[in-house]
Amino acid sequence: MAEMLYARDVYGKTLVELGKLGKDIVVCDADLSGSTRTSLFAKEFPSRFFNFGVAEQNMMACSAGLASCGKVVFASTFAMFASGRAWDQVRNSICYSDLNVKIVATHAGITVGPDGASHQALEDIAILRAIPNIKIVVPSDGPETREAIFAAYETPGPFYVRLGRSKVPTIEGKAPFKLGKGYVLRQGSDVTIIACGLMVHEALSAWEQLKKENISAAVINIHTVKPIDEELIIDAARRTRGLVVCEEHSVIGGLASSVAEILSEKHPAKILKVGVRNRFGQSGEEKDLLREYQLTSGDIVARAKSLIL
Amino acid sequence: MLDSKKIKELEDKARQIRLMIVNMLARAGSGHPGGSLSSTDILTCLYFSVMRHNPKDPAWPDRDRFHLSKGHCCPALYAILAECGYFSKDELANLRKIGCMLQGHPDRHTPGIEVCSGSLGQGLSVALGMSLAGKLDGKGYRVHCLMGDGEIQEGNIWEAAMASAHHKCDNLCAILDYNGFQIDGRVSEVMGIEPLADKWRSFGWYVLEIDGHNMAAIHKAFDTAKKIKEKPTIIIAKTIKGKGVSFMENVVDFHGRAPSSEETVLAEKELSSKER
Repeated sequence: MAEMLYARDVYGKTLVELGKLGKDIVVCDADLSGSTRTSLFAKEFPSRFFNFGVAEQNMMACSAGLASCGKVVFASTFAMFASGRAWDQVRNSICYSDLNVKIVATHAGITVGPDGASHQALEDIAILRAIPNIKIVVPSDGPETREAIFAAYETPGPFYVRLGRSKVPTIEGKAPFKLGKGYVLRQGSDVTIIACGLMVHEALSAWEQLKKENISAAVINIHTVKPIDEELIIDAARRTRGLVVCEEHSVIGGLASSVAEILSEKHPAKILKVGVRNRFGQSGEEKDLLREYQLTSGDIVARAKSLIL
Repeated sequence: MLDSKKIKELEDKARQIRLMIVNMLARAGSGHPGGSLSSTDILTCLYFSVMRHNPKDPAWPDRDRFHLSKGHCCPALYAILAECGYFSKDELANLRKIGCMLQGHPDRHTPGIEVCSGSLGQGLSVALGMSLAGKLDGKGYRVHCLMGDGEIQEGNIWEAAMASAHHKCDNLCAILDYNGFQIDGRVSEVMGIEPLADKWRSFGWYVLEIDGHNMAAIHKAFDTAKKIKEKPTIIIAKTIKGKGVSFMENVVDFHGRAPSSEETVLAEKELSSKER
């Protein structure tokens, strides 16, 4: 049984780790520090933690001001509010100025669960990806979250790191995290499955099922949605007969769109999407929601088969 | 207190800046003269007698900060930055032209600009961030932020107002360029903002109300703000939109329209004739 971790637990602990290494970081939150786990940092380094209350726009623009004075700022809230409520502040105050603000958003995607549609960000990658200068990372599990946070700290400029609410299984055999570089988790020759976030685990389950049916699938983790690993994606399109792109996000504007944008210009290939299809989310248990919105390994298998059979 | 000689110097400087603004906007063919001219005296006083800054070293860590939240009034700021020596005055002729450093709204690539602005309502938050960083680092610098009166209709301003008082940011001084007009007309008719002083006081700010064209009063207000402890200060500066050019004064059309060539000649003549 794989180890199960909350990515946001790992995030909070990594902030403390950075703080203890003596790194000059400042952490901001907007009344969700318990949920985002920035509270762990707040407890250790109270003077370097700012809680802005329920005011995400102020938090983001203020983070820009802090960063303009040399601070590396981690700003956290739920993905819905980080991307939606404060988009203009993120675009104009943070990204246009190319400032060192690392937005680490939790509770992204449908697996937010019972809180329902208002809190299930399914469009965040789409609306942030279009902004110049920002880098977008969607870690697949706990350990990769730690690596992503370190990479964000070490790389100048704005970041959006997208984390979920629920526990995710730790994936065995991952490559060391390299910003902007995806990696092959399973080699295969018939079809390529590309995934990010918790869909990487589903993709690996799909690989098992396909193997039983003598279908050879490659599985690729694209943790950095922007800048995306074009080379790896084009290579996968060359080697296999088509791609299934999986994400806990709308099929409009996310990872699948990014892949399609590259391949349509550089190596046209058949792409099928596993993602949320132009719908709002709803309340429910995580597993039921993944099933309802067709985000399971079974859905990946069905798409993969329809590509090649 | 400033002596009368220094006041006269600042007034002359402001007149010179106004001439530069009119000239820049005429060349650019677009831009915002109204608010640039209403804020000229405040900005002149700040840069030439209040702030500690070094045009030869714009990144000097101990510099006082200025953030132009009402970014559309950057022609005034650009003229002043050039006059201070942050960059060559020749640059002013290229305002708003493709490839030029001087963008239609402030861009961080321009020496002297701390953070991009232009989308209204965000600047007080940005200034608050600078203020918090200064306190965190134990630095003595002050942070100034110029806002427009129409701009404070943005909700983000009040989030920042609340937070600045919460954090007792006494190194932060906001200035409101209260010229009474916004693009669609009189502020009082588009979306009233009064009672202004009461609003800011109730948000925990120390409030000063002054004539934003009286150089001695402006300087005195900044001086007072420095001495206020435990709370941020806002200087509500009553100003005249288009100040200094008779046919632009209180004319809403000049919020966002450059003067024609005939108007430019007239404006330059008026501003030059005021030289003493």
